Amino acid sequence: MSRYFTEDHEWIEVDGQTGTVGISDYAQGQLGDIVFVEAPDSGRSLSKGDEAAVVESVKAASDVYAPVSGTVTEGNPALADEPSLVNSDPEGEGWFFKLTLSDPSELEALMDETAYAAFVAKL
Amino acid sequence: MSDPVLDTDDDLEPIEILTLPLDAWHRHRGARMVEFAGYHMPVQYEGIMAEHLWTREHAGLFDVSHMGQLSLTGPGVAVALEALMPAAISDAPLNKARYSLLLDDAGGVLDDLMLTPQAEDRVYMVVNGATKYDDVAHMIERLPDEITLNLMEEHGLLAVQGPEAVAAVARLIPGVDALVFMQAGAFDWQGHALWISRSGYTGEDGVEISVPAEAAVALADALVAQPEIRPIGLGARDSLRLEAGLPLYGHDLDPTTTPVMADLAFALAKRRREAADFPGAARILAEREQGAALRRVGLLVEGRQPVREGATVVDVGGESVGRVTSGGFAPSVGAPIAMAYVPAALAAPGTRVTLSQRGKPHQATVAPMPFVPHRYFRGVK
Repeated sequence: MSRYFTEDHEWIEVDGQTGTVGISDYAQGQLGDIVFVEAPDSGRSLSKGDEAAVVESVKAASDVYAPVSGTVTEGNPALADEPSLVNSDPEGEGWFFKLTLSDPSELEALMDETAYAAFVAKL
Repeated sequence: MSDPVLDTDDDLEPIEILTLPLDAWHRHRGARMVEFAGYHMPVQYEGIMAEHLWTREHAGLFDVSHMGQLSLTGPGVAVALEALMPAAISDAPLNKARYSLLLDDAGGVLDDLMLTPQAEDRVYMVVNGATKYDDVAHMIERLPDEITLNLMEEHGLLAVQGPEAVAAVARLIPGVDALVFMQAGAFDWQGHALWISRSGYTGEDGVEISVPAEAAVALADALVAQPEIRPIGLGARDSLRLEAGLPLYGHDLDPTTTPVMADLAFALAKRRREAADFPGAARILAEREQGAALRRVGLLVEGRQPVREGATVVDVGGESVGRVTSGGFAPSVGAPIAMAYVPAALAAPGTRVTLSQRGKPHQATVAPMPFVPHRYFRGVK
């Protein structure tokens, strides 16, 4: 399994053809207290860069973009009742959705954990 | 993830963002700073939710030095100001603060403000930060030459709000606890002259302290050294005032709204209504009798997703009939709430309305305001 990051602070954990998507610890820190997440429905087809989910903090709404193209297989059902999981465990239990990758070569354009840490350090 | 659009005042784009006396003080305490009303201001410290709840349980220190503090002096200043707003000032007791509205000739709201007569020929006024220069220009143009208007830019303004606020402040500044809600007075702290009013904009008991800029850091240090008081950012100030049902100028109030539309008819003093001698009186008094076409109401939003400023109120056909002017997640309510202007037919509490935000419908119910009861100290009965 490998984990990749986007410059828009999404992460994707890839296992075979399946990817799990969330937002980074840095992103949740910037957003602050998260009060609502709208995850995509299963079956939805996403192209890389599409608005895939909505995350709302006390102050603001943000879109979460699809890091790669694919078909959504599951939104995280736990976030409906407990959106604060995104604050407490953003890169684990606070995942947003899973998808089946349609073009795994798109992963090559993303950052690995080390590169993302360097990217965030410069912000 | 898209950059979150913070709810800052981007109507005003100054050439240079200014700093206030406590700028370094906020940064040293880990505040996240944003531009607001032309100044660098702290939006949050540890987090909006925690700061909001701390203020409702204990006490918060809010730096509101961006607001405009004005001292208006001269013979007949009270009568002169009455020409610009619907308050009764000339026959008002000294050192008693009141809420009023600067009105244009059509009865539209140019700003909301607090004013306190300090002497027969002197009125202290606090206006909104984003509008203060416009307010000053409006007043200078209309007030008689013998009235002097001083924008007190050498003063900071600190609000301490919450159920434990006054006891904590009184430890530093004896006598503050003798004030009741909307009463004000002069105090001394370590040789610095303070003007303190028992008022605020959170719905909680508390005080607002006008302090000379050179003493602001020392006073802020002394205040947060009290165990009850933590520094609180603008983010929680906004969620607290929203829960308290208090309108925010530039969002819930603007020149297209009138006092009656905004549900602020209490600010129309009886004597001024009877004389009908304030700007826009004909229109405003007619609205007071017959009701305004649109009314500001509170909304309890179903579900968990906040519906924010810019969303529309729609009818069964999906046509826009009103607008959401403030909205967000209410930490003390535990649910999303909003303020909106809706047609009079939809303004009664309990009315269900449909909102539209980014193409998605949301259901809401008109609710009485405040959403969280006010806890002002009106004296021992």
